[in-house]
Amino acid sequence: MKGMTVIVKTISSWVKVLIFLFGIYIVIFGHLTPGGGFAGGVILASSYVLLMLAFGREFVEKNLSLGVASKLDCVGALLFAAIALFGMAYGAASFFYNFLQQQYQYGQPLKLASAGTIPLSNIAIGLKVGASLFMVILALSTFRPNGSVEQKE
Amino acid sequence: MAIFYILLLFVIIAAIIAVETDNLLSSVICVGAIGFGGSLMFLFLRAPDIAITQIVVEVLGLIILIRATIARDLTFITGDREFFGMVVSMVIIFTIGLAAIRVFETLPHFGVPIFAMVPEAASQTYISQGLQKTGAANIVSSVILDFRAYDTLGEATVLFTSIIGATVILRKKCKKLLEDPD
Repeated sequence: MKGMTVIVKTISSWVKVLIFLFGIYIVIFGHLTPGGGFAGGVILASSYVLLMLAFGREFVEKNLSLGVASKLDCVGALLFAAIALFGMAYGAASFFYNFLQQQYQYGQPLKLASAGTIPLSNIAIGLKVGASLFMVILALSTFRPNGSVEQKE
Repeated sequence: MAIFYILLLFVIIAAIIAVETDNLLSSVICVGAIGFGGSLMFLFLRAPDIAITQIVVEVLGLIILIRATIARDLTFITGDREFFGMVVSMVIIFTIGLAAIRVFETLPHFGVPIFAMVPEAASQTYISQGLQKTGAANIVSSVILDFRAYDTLGEATVLFTSIIGATVILRKKCKKLLEDPD
């Protein structure tokens, strides 16, 4: 896939930072405002897809290769599972026990540092969803079935 | 309440255009318009979490994904529709519609939450004690990541499995195998 015109390249190189920042905001403030890990992760992935549309696939693969994306995906999944297992190790032996909130009561409600493990879970889910959607789009754009050329005739 | 009927009309028109048009790109954009109408409906029902997820997935994800992956020479659909298939699908839709009318008669009014009818439902506990128990100001976030975190774990597992499947089927080696089947 080749890139688009100079206008699209310039605009998207300005806008990509704002989209990425908005995705990070949606993920981190997920326990205070609407949003959360899933929506924020999709926004993070879509900022990379915008780059892929404007500059072409090779440019994006140079920035965030498929191997790095799959490692980020695994880190997110393992972080989420680790939060669940930590809850099991602490006190009440139940999966997803919110140990930070129940045991230590750190922070106060309506502040950024609150809600125990929920922000951590949001970050894990956001990392996982963003990386995996990016991987899907990269894999789909790489794949060109042979039949598509033959149907044209 | 009138706004929902306007949005419903908009969504139905967009759906008909999406099915009937020949151009694949405008069909995809009409599917995005359906998602946009649904997102506005959620917003008017005071569910901003779902609205954000809907607009992000349906509009951004769908349009950009299809725009990024569509082949440039496949944007037009040619050929007529089969008559028999159309009749069968019309009959099936009519039957499902008859059943749906009976089901909708038993549902509460549009926009009235069903759990508000049961005084001791679990959702009432989430709303009244969610802030004390989890400390999260966003009740939806406290439900999906604390009370019902198993759901989120299952969703993450589904996503993980689907990514594995997609990358295995669409990897470059597989394309090489297709060209050279030995």
